[in-house]
Amino acid sequence: MEALFATTTGILAASGLYLALRGRTFPVVVGLTLLSYAVNLFLFSTGGLTTDGAAVISDSAGEYADPLPQALVLTAIVIGFAMTAFSVILAMRVRGDVGSDHVNGNRIDEPREDKS
Amino acid sequence: MMQHLIILPVLLPLLTGVALLIHRGGALTLRRTANVLSTLALVVVGVLLVAESTDDTIRYYAVGDWQPPFGIILVLDRLSALMVMLTSLLALGSLLYACAGDDEQGSNFHGLFQLQLMGINGAFLTGDLFNLFVFFEVLLIASYALLMHGGGKARTHAGFHYVALNLLGSMLFLIALGVLYGTMGTLNMADMSAVVTTLDTADLGLVKAGALLLLIVFGLKAAMLPLYFWLPRAYAAAPAPIAALFAIMTKVGIYSIIRVYTLIFGEQAGPLANLAQPWIWWLGLATLALGAVGVLSAREMRTQVAYLILVSVGTLLAGIGMHSEAALGALLYYLIHTTLVSGGLFLLVDAIAQQRGKAGARIVQSRTLTQPATLGLLFFAGAIAMAGLPPLSGAFGKALLLQAATTAQQYWLWPILLGSGLASLIALSRTGSTIFWRASGEKTGITLGKLRGAGVLILIGCAPLMVAFAGPITAFTQATAAQLLDRDAYVESIIARGDTGGDA
Repeated sequence: MEALFATTTGILAASGLYLALRGRTFPVVVGLTLLSYAVNLFLFSTGGLTTDGAAVISDSAGEYADPLPQALVLTAIVIGFAMTAFSVILAMRVRGDVGSDHVNGNRIDEPREDKS
Repeated sequence: MMQHLIILPVLLPLLTGVALLIHRGGALTLRRTANVLSTLALVVVGVLLVAESTDDTIRYYAVGDWQPPFGIILVLDRLSALMVMLTSLLALGSLLYACAGDDEQGSNFHGLFQLQLMGINGAFLTGDLFNLFVFFEVLLIASYALLMHGGGKARTHAGFHYVALNLLGSMLFLIALGVLYGTMGTLNMADMSAVVTTLDTADLGLVKAGALLLLIVFGLKAAMLPLYFWLPRAYAAAPAPIAALFAIMTKVGIYSIIRVYTLIFGEQAGPLANLAQPWIWWLGLATLALGAVGVLSAREMRTQVAYLILVSVGTLLAGIGMHSEAALGALLYYLIHTTLVSGGLFLLVDAIAQQRGKAGARIVQSRTLTQPATLGLLFFAGAIAMAGLPPLSGAFGKALLLQAATTAQQYWLWPILLGSGLASLIALSRTGSTIFWRASGEKTGITLGKLRGAGVLILIGCAPLMVAFAGPITAFTQATAAQLLDRDAYVESIIARGDTGGDA
């Protein structure tokens, strides 16, 4: 399970980073979203991965999952969602105001030096 | 009541901010009054906190009475009290300025302003790394919206870069926290400081990676060299009162660097002791040098002030890199000075730009200003303070820093710091003479009203005041530096008292 978990997180992070470095706002936003998923998964795993471990105190449980990373992940997910929503709206606003979806504000048919 | 004072800098702006956001359609005067009153109250709380912190006990407030190392705590020591007071003073100046008309440009200015203050104060007070992240996010999301207050092409454009970069920074922050939690098993700063001495050798590499990742994150907030490129554009595009308030934002990064690398990875951290200081020293000097080049090359006053902020960030980072008690005390004095004066300069430059018609903030010949004498004198004072010429506070702070350098450090620090001061002086005198002397034509601009004048005066007026009261201020900053380096006292007052029930 650990290998699968690590690979998934790694691939998500790599794809997210690649997209975040692209030149257009849409891939950048998608890249940031993927990266935040990767980060959330990573945070979740920092307490160690357990199967069947109880997260809250119970009489029958022999093994406990570390509850703190779950609390951290919950906070991080909420903040991450809000930030992603904000960046989507902002990307649309940039498209409207600047007239281009390129992160440097270049139009497709214009040479790079003309703007910015 | 006094014991709850620690949480007031977070609660007060939160409540005011939420109330202002709910009543965002209310009368403008009412919203302005509420905001100014709340900020004034914050100044009072800040002064009380500083007064309380001078007895050198480290107090903490356990939220929900969950004692450390579990639960969330707010810690009050000299440094956090000082930063909270600094924030509220800066906020008061920029808020007064904004109330003269800048707040009408878009909705929700006042509510967001208070939420921004809550984030900043929270970041200064928290004693827990994850809460530092949460407060960073609070202050960032408010700053995203405030940066674009009033709208316009330049602002949305600079805003997207700012938001995307900071989102990446937040994710790095979380990864660093995950790594540190996975190896150390705690995120309470005092507890981490105790745990770091008992680490397995197998974990050392991971902890080191986590610690240096944190340095990248804080370096991004503080605008350290390879990560500063977002700053000049974003600050130049932001509305003046917001840019002035943002003068404290880079200092949030500086504060976090000081806190984490003296408390957790300081002298006592065994194999990890002082692992970041060499990086901070060289990168700080490089930031300083490049900032000076930027000041010289700026063709617009707002960009120029943004680069001046970069120069001060470089100076502060070099001060941290020197890691001695004297240097720490000196840099705290410089930090107070530079935050207030650069905030005041942002306001002043906006006031000047409003009197110059089309030329605006560009450094070109233009029409005569409506109040050349008043603004000229203020600009003169601000420029002297910022460039670091005697008799104002900039010179004093820099002299303290130069004095604190050891012989080996002097070879690097003296030429670069003095050279950057010279570069700032040349650039600012060119700007001043172009704007105030090479002007002609009729006067048509808006005069500086009482509110704007008060805002500028509060912030720039701190430069002579800080020299007049240099004795008590340096005594306070030196004691702060001593308290910062006394890691055992910090850990003891939080962990030990936490075990026996605490007093909060």
